[in-house]
Amino acid sequence: MDLLKRLSYHVLSNNFIKAGKGSSDIKSNLKSIGIDSDILRKIAIVCYEAEMNIVIHSLGGNLHCDIYEEKIVILTEDIGPGIPDIELAMTEGFSTAPDSVRELGFGAGMGLPNMKRYSDIFEINSSIKGTNIKMTILL
Amino acid sequence: MKLKQIKELLNAEILAYGCDEETEFDHVFASDLMSDVLAYANNEALLITGLNNPQVIRTAEMMDMHAVLFVRGKHPKEDTVELAKEKFVTLLVTEHIMFEACGLLFNNGMKGSK
Ligand SMILES: Nc1ncnc2c1ncn2[C@@H]1O[C@H](COP(=O)(O)OP(=O)(O)O)[C@@H](O)[C@H]1O
Ligand SMILES: [Mg+2]
Repeated sequence: MDLLKRLSYHVLSNNFIKAGKGSSDIKSNLKSIGIDSDILRKIAIVCYEAEMNIVIHSLGGNLHCDIYEEKIVILTEDIGPGIPDIELAMTEGFSTAPDSVRELGFGAGMGLPNMKRYSDIFEINSSIKGTNIKMTILL
Repeated sequence: MKLKQIKELLNAEILAYGCDEETEFDHVFASDLMSDVLAYANNEALLITGLNNPQVIRTAEMMDMHAVLFVRGKHPKEDTVELAKEKFVTLLVTEHIMFEACGLLFNNGMKGSK
């Protein structure tokens, strides 16, 4: 029940050099506390997709990983511009990513569906002030 | 297949070592879409791609894929190679196009990662 530890990272908009560093650090930390490798991969996937979305689609934000005895919670918050139609954004293949992002191998519109698929509980809220995502993975 | 055999078969150059040449790879996932790799690949597979940016290494790292093969002789920049070394991801580059690289590995018994 109690929060054991929180890891937090700033995620910069449009910085493709640093993109993924937070997720990488979270993965190493969770590995070092002995999280099972299959669960660890699920966490890494949802975390990385969420981090990339902040880099690609938002003006910047934060990524947190809350560690509990029985679950891991990945949280993101960004400062906008938000997602106008969440249901549409959740559709496989829907993407507003520009060509410059597609050239990097992203923008296939699979990020949000993947996040939902690999987390046990997926919660998303969005307004023009920003997007908040909470993904719970049970241990 | 052992990394050593993959290297010989594809006439590949190794740019970063994250494992030794005796390491076995049984499965391959080939894609230029990192989101597809994240969605569909299984762990421990060899990743074959025509992209060569640092996010390829990040993707491999997230998926526990220990080796990445760049096709069409696409040498990555130094930052990508450095990141691979830091994360113990082996990097290979071959002159073969993706289709040929996949075909050669398939003919030698490697399977798709799904
Ligand atoms: N943090 C975010 N802020 C604003 N828009 C977002 C954010 N995350 C996702 N979106 C929107 O939802 C769409 C679908 O996201 P996703 O499934 O990850 O696909 P992709 O990132 O490949 O475009 C994006 O193209 C974008 O329009
Ligand atoms: Mg995305």
